[in-house]
Amino acid sequence: MEKRVTFHERWLPYLLVGPQIVITLVFFFWPSGQAIYQSVLIEDVFGGNSKFVWFENFAQLFRDDSYAHSARLTVVFSFLVAAIGLAVSLLLAVMADRVVRGATGYKAFLVWPYAVAPAVAGVLWGFLFNPSVGIIAWMLQGIGIEFNYVINGNQALLLVVIAAVWNQISYNFLFFLAGLQSIPKSLIEAAAIDGAGPGRRFRDIIFPLLSPVGFFLLVVNIIYAFFGTFGVVDSLTKGGPGKATEILVFKVFNDGFRGQDLGGSSAQSVILMIVVIALTVVQFRFIERRVHY
Amino acid sequence: MVENRPFLTLLSHLVVILGLAVIAFPVWMTFVASTHSQQTMLQSPIPLLPGPYLIENYTQVLTEGYGRVGSTPVMMTLTNSLIMALGVAIGKIAISIISAFAIVYFRFPGRMYFFWAIFVTLMLPVEVRIVPTYGVVANLGMLDSYGGLIIPLIASATATFLFRQFFLSVPDELTEAARVDGASPMRFFWDILLPMSRTSIAAMFVIQFIYGWNQYLWPLLITTKESYYTVVMTVSRQANVVDSVPSWNLLMAMAMLAMLPPVLVVVFMQRQFVRGLVEVEK
Repeated sequence: MEKRVTFHERWLPYLLVGPQIVITLVFFFWPSGQAIYQSVLIEDVFGGNSKFVWFENFAQLFRDDSYAHSARLTVVFSFLVAAIGLAVSLLLAVMADRVVRGATGYKAFLVWPYAVAPAVAGVLWGFLFNPSVGIIAWMLQGIGIEFNYVINGNQALLLVVIAAVWNQISYNFLFFLAGLQSIPKSLIEAAAIDGAGPGRRFRDIIFPLLSPVGFFLLVVNIIYAFFGTFGVVDSLTKGGPGKATEILVFKVFNDGFRGQDLGGSSAQSVILMIVVIALTVVQFRFIERRVHY
Repeated sequence: MVENRPFLTLLSHLVVILGLAVIAFPVWMTFVASTHSQQTMLQSPIPLLPGPYLIENYTQVLTEGYGRVGSTPVMMTLTNSLIMALGVAIGKIAISIISAFAIVYFRFPGRMYFFWAIFVTLMLPVEVRIVPTYGVVANLGMLDSYGGLIIPLIASATATFLFRQFFLSVPDELTEAARVDGASPMRFFWDILLPMSRTSIAAMFVIQFIYGWNQYLWPLLITTKESYYTVVMTVSRQANVVDSVPSWNLLMAMAMLAMLPPVLVVVFMQRQFVRGLVEVEK
């Protein structure tokens, strides 16, 4: 879409677009270029000298077991975050939508978790499940479940998933509720007159009409699980115990800063860039279709 | 409501209320923990109701910080977080509203290149290119400064797109009228476009304020001096001090203070917040 009426100035538009372009060049294109450049270099142990090695860093990553582990873990993790997050928020949204009058009131109570920083969310859930003072850990112990996320890898992963889902739930809820409220009431009424009960109406009318929103949220949640959960992981488990919660975005940071492996970390950055670009393209192609819908 | 099914309605209310309770539980426990003494918080099970130490705990973290010695008062980290959040929100809005204005209202050579250059930034979150971005900021000598905290984060396309979208919906007649009356482009921008964009600016402000306040990895990396620490990073850092006995009461008071400003912004500016969320995704 373009404007019909425009202004004619020679230098003004450059001046206006300048600040953003300069900042984008310096803090976006320069570092991204550097990541790509570093990813094909190996620095020798004493620093200073670096050698051009084509795709050696990538080859090394693909041979590396810990990278394969981290990649598999990230897939499992983002599947869990997206699946649980979408299921819970869909349930809440459908129930809130049923009680029309209450929906707006309930909405006010459901939006705030979005405002809590992921790192703080990690601290809150870590406190609830803390092996020595955590209230939920204590309750679980009461019914015979030993919960110690500090030493048990699976429990650590579960806890990170819970904290990540909690943080994202208001976002999903708001979009599902908006989607539900935009479904024409006449459709639902027609189905009711034809004798379809609430369950049937949900399965045959509401769910299919909601699927564009659901698909959009699925992509957003996967992007969130891939990249937005760094704070949760870092403040809860630091990727541990062992490497049980070391998702890819955490590994980039860990190898680059703690391990000082610039080439390897840059190669990981480049792979992640490709993943985000792919996901963004999927999201945009979908949004084009949503406009028609 | 299509038909009257009291049981289902009751069930719906119950499910939602139960969901709300589960969602609010972590924050309730955090609040409870922040109102007890350190001794109470070291015995399991910890209490479920608030205790008498509210004012004492909050005064201590605000003025002295978490530990007795050498810790940063939360008053200071809160101020830093506020500066960072406001800087990110205002900076982002300022640079993107003018660049959106240029891209929508002018035809100039290279316009589409600029548009795409900005568009691409939509794709790569800062976490992905964190190591080289750190290198760039270090090279520019911006470690341990507000500039280093804020400026790298305002390079992003979301706000530009929002404003571009909005400007495209502004009727052309207004521009024509302004031109007939002899208004310069900047005059048009200040007197017509900017006042019309108020709601979009408010929506963007809420989203970006939260984004800036909740930054974690970035301030963690580029600050080494306590005088630049932000509140979110200090909460997480203190939670991971393994050697000493944790003062849960103080830590949770800090966490409450770290959550409060963005939560208040969302609750009181709820309409702008929802609008911002939805519009950013358009």
